[in-house]
Amino acid sequence: MATLNINGKRVQTDAPGDTPLLWVLRDYLDMTGTKFGCGMALCGACTVHLDGKPARSCVTPISAVAKNKITTIEKIGETKAGKAVQAAWTAESVPQCGYCQSGQVMAATALLASKPHPTDADIDAAMSGNICRCATYNRIRAAIKRAAKELA
Amino acid sequence: MITNESRRLEGRRKFLKHSGALLLGLHLPQTLAQGPGKTAEDHLVLHKPFAPNAFVRIAPDNTVTVIVKHLEMGQGTYTGLPTLVAEELDADWSQIRAEGAPADAKLYNNLFWGAAQGTGGSTALANSYEQLRKAGASARAMLVAAAAEKWKVPAQEVVVSRGVVSHKNKKLSFGQLAADAAKQPVPTDVQLKDPKNFTYIGKAVRRTDAHAKSNGTARFTQDVKLPGMMTAVALHPPRFGAKLKSFDASKAKEIAGVRDVVQFSTPARDGVAVLAKDYWTAKKGRDALTAEWDESNAFKLSSSELMDQYKKLAATQGVSAKKEGDADQALAGAAKVLEAAYEFPFLAHASMEPMNCVVSLQARGENATCEIWNGEQFQTIDQMVVAQTLGLKPEQVKLNQLYAGGSFGRRANPASDYLVEAAAITKAAGGKYPVKLVWGREDDMRAGWYRPMYYHVLKAGLDEKGDLVAWKHVIVGQSILTGTAFEAMLVKDGVDGTSVEGAANLPYAVANLAVELHSPKVGVPVQWWRSVGSTHTAFATECFLDEVAREAKKDPYQLRRALLAKHPRHLAALDAAAKRAGWGKALAKGRSRGIAVHESFNTVVAQVVEISRKGSSLKIQKVVCAVDCGVAVNSNVVAMQMESGIGYGLSAALTGAITLKDGMVEQSNFHDYQPVRMNQMPRIEVLIVPSKEKPTGVGEPATPVIAPALANAILALEGKPMRALPLSTQGVTFA
Repeated sequence: MATLNINGKRVQTDAPGDTPLLWVLRDYLDMTGTKFGCGMALCGACTVHLDGKPARSCVTPISAVAKNKITTIEKIGETKAGKAVQAAWTAESVPQCGYCQSGQVMAATALLASKPHPTDADIDAAMSGNICRCATYNRIRAAIKRAAKELA
Repeated sequence: MITNESRRLEGRRKFLKHSGALLLGLHLPQTLAQGPGKTAEDHLVLHKPFAPNAFVRIAPDNTVTVIVKHLEMGQGTYTGLPTLVAEELDADWSQIRAEGAPADAKLYNNLFWGAAQGTGGSTALANSYEQLRKAGASARAMLVAAAAEKWKVPAQEVVVSRGVVSHKNKKLSFGQLAADAAKQPVPTDVQLKDPKNFTYIGKAVRRTDAHAKSNGTARFTQDVKLPGMMTAVALHPPRFGAKLKSFDASKAKEIAGVRDVVQFSTPARDGVAVLAKDYWTAKKGRDALTAEWDESNAFKLSSSELMDQYKKLAATQGVSAKKEGDADQALAGAAKVLEAAYEFPFLAHASMEPMNCVVSLQARGENATCEIWNGEQFQTIDQMVVAQTLGLKPEQVKLNQLYAGGSFGRRANPASDYLVEAAAITKAAGGKYPVKLVWGREDDMRAGWYRPMYYHVLKAGLDEKGDLVAWKHVIVGQSILTGTAFEAMLVKDGVDGTSVEGAANLPYAVANLAVELHSPKVGVPVQWWRSVGSTHTAFATECFLDEVAREAKKDPYQLRRALLAKHPRHLAALDAAAKRAGWGKALAKGRSRGIAVHESFNTVVAQVVEISRKGSSLKIQKVVCAVDCGVAVNSNVVAMQMESGIGYGLSAALTGAITLKDGMVEQSNFHDYQPVRMNQMPRIEVLIVPSKEKPTGVGEPATPVIAPALANAILALEGKPMRALPLSTQGVTFA
């Protein structure tokens, strides 16, 4: 039985220790906001925060995150930055199919925490690990800038 | 006798009782004559020879739910279709909700597809344009009638605006009027608004799904969990057409948590599935399976071998898809003949949500049902195919609509491949628990149903003045429609219309035009991929035209203008894009522009791409995209679809290719099938050509234009024609 710290709560799970955090969230804890896209940390759909930093939950076994504070899309809207990012996502009409957007929002929120005024190069660096097949990238860029302004 | 129809109506009536909602039965024009004098509820209760149409539900809580008959896969149906209802209903946008329609082709057929329900060909908004406006107008008329009756005033004096029904100082909300409106007769005819009075159409209301898709609450098939449900992860054949001989599940069964291991055989593929409560356990089980396959009928060629065969075929006489004048003779007599060949690989759709499907089987025999949860793009076909697999009637297959995490055509599978697989696995497991089939990215990428490989040969004849006098276009590639439900309708005289669309209807004025087609049968399953035939014909025709312009020393934009005199929509889009991009204005050294224009799904898109060279690689500086899609119902959604189509087309243009080595798919995940990422996405400016015509589709038409516009920019900059996709095979790299 492993104990995890997810969204400020201690959560127990009987998932084997090699199980990626993604599947513990989705299949054991019914937190389905975090998405499965590739299973190889190539697309970013599964992005969560570990101690505030973006991480790919699809390749992160739960045995490796027993001591970390895990934050998911289900809770990020309760932070100031997460709320601003989500509002900007709506204002800029970012989502199309929407499947990658949980991961995009998590990556963007982490970016703004480390760089409150990101340049285009910062956005490229922080967001290029997150694939969007609907190619909503330009609106994501605009939304990040909008959220940054909102938070300033 | 209880017919399915009356059962359906029974269900509706129960729903009405419980919800207290006003469900408005809408009539199609041909059925209007049969409906006067009856209330909406009468129509639902009585078994009528016509089926009432149901698109609008107004609840006492003042929400207006629009039942959307088309899949929301990103293209904006849950916004565009409700906009049509809200417009004629004079609702307030904040009270609008969108809900996916169940499978019921009588109510929710695609009006462009006859009796079938489904989404594709950029038809969702276009086929619904009048249908849903009438739905809204009819609902409005009943609300007005109810208010007039209540207030004892003439209906003509009742005003509806932003969700409020009023007469002088009396006001009621839709919700307050819902119960009374339900008792009103359904109008026999409704007047639609004069477009000059539109309040929503032509504007940019916010998407109904944006919020839920920004906070993780939007529900996709991947998120469905039913009591007792098992997750299935499947082992697929290593080559297309391989049959399962035997398998060894002993190691898989040793893994704690593996519940069952079952084999399945569907028309699409054989396989073995491992079932467990969670994906990770099922995947570990699947990875521990070993299997032997009978590959005697499997496809074993490599892409290069297949392309060699196509090249040989291209040199033989094909089936004529278009013949005007005599292209061969004109080529023989031309002062100059140009020839170029173009190569296109297989392409995977690779939507962000890998294919998946939830199935629950209940009871047996007469009362059996198969309930499915899926991002449903092809309801009528899926019901038929799944029913066949399970020995049920189509109406025993119930489909629950969910958001689709992308599709790009993949979910409209002619063989319902992943649904049937999920159904077959559920049945093989004895139907004792619901099953969620989850494909990993590798399973999804290697499962086939690709955009076909194609080979094109083009010849152009020029006279002494450099004018175009002949155009011959030979296309080699698999038919997508042969063997599907669309074959009878769309394959004519051996020509699959989707293989030659964009080529056989070449808009350029050329006296002698010939288009020939070869449709070899190949054991790799293929299907439509965002913009279908135009994915390759636009590239071949638009790049070749630039080669002609170069040979004739003509400006590519001006040459197009000269040849498009009879195509005002092409001209308008072309002019708009060229003007905004500053076509003709001098550029800094190391920069160039490329232009292309193409019509698909009755929408015309023109793009100008500006590129620059930096060291050994190129950079796309900017894309200007002009679109004529008739009335732009939501200009924001139109712009989003142009941007999305460009990004999707760019992925295929730069690096996208599925290649086969001895019949095995070489790519597996996003490291070797690389979509465009944030750092590669160009700046895009979208211009909408003003139009008063009925709306046409926007989901696909931007996709095919970007690759030729980009290739033409490269030709202008480097003097080297790009004759194969992806461009990475042509020694071109992008920063």
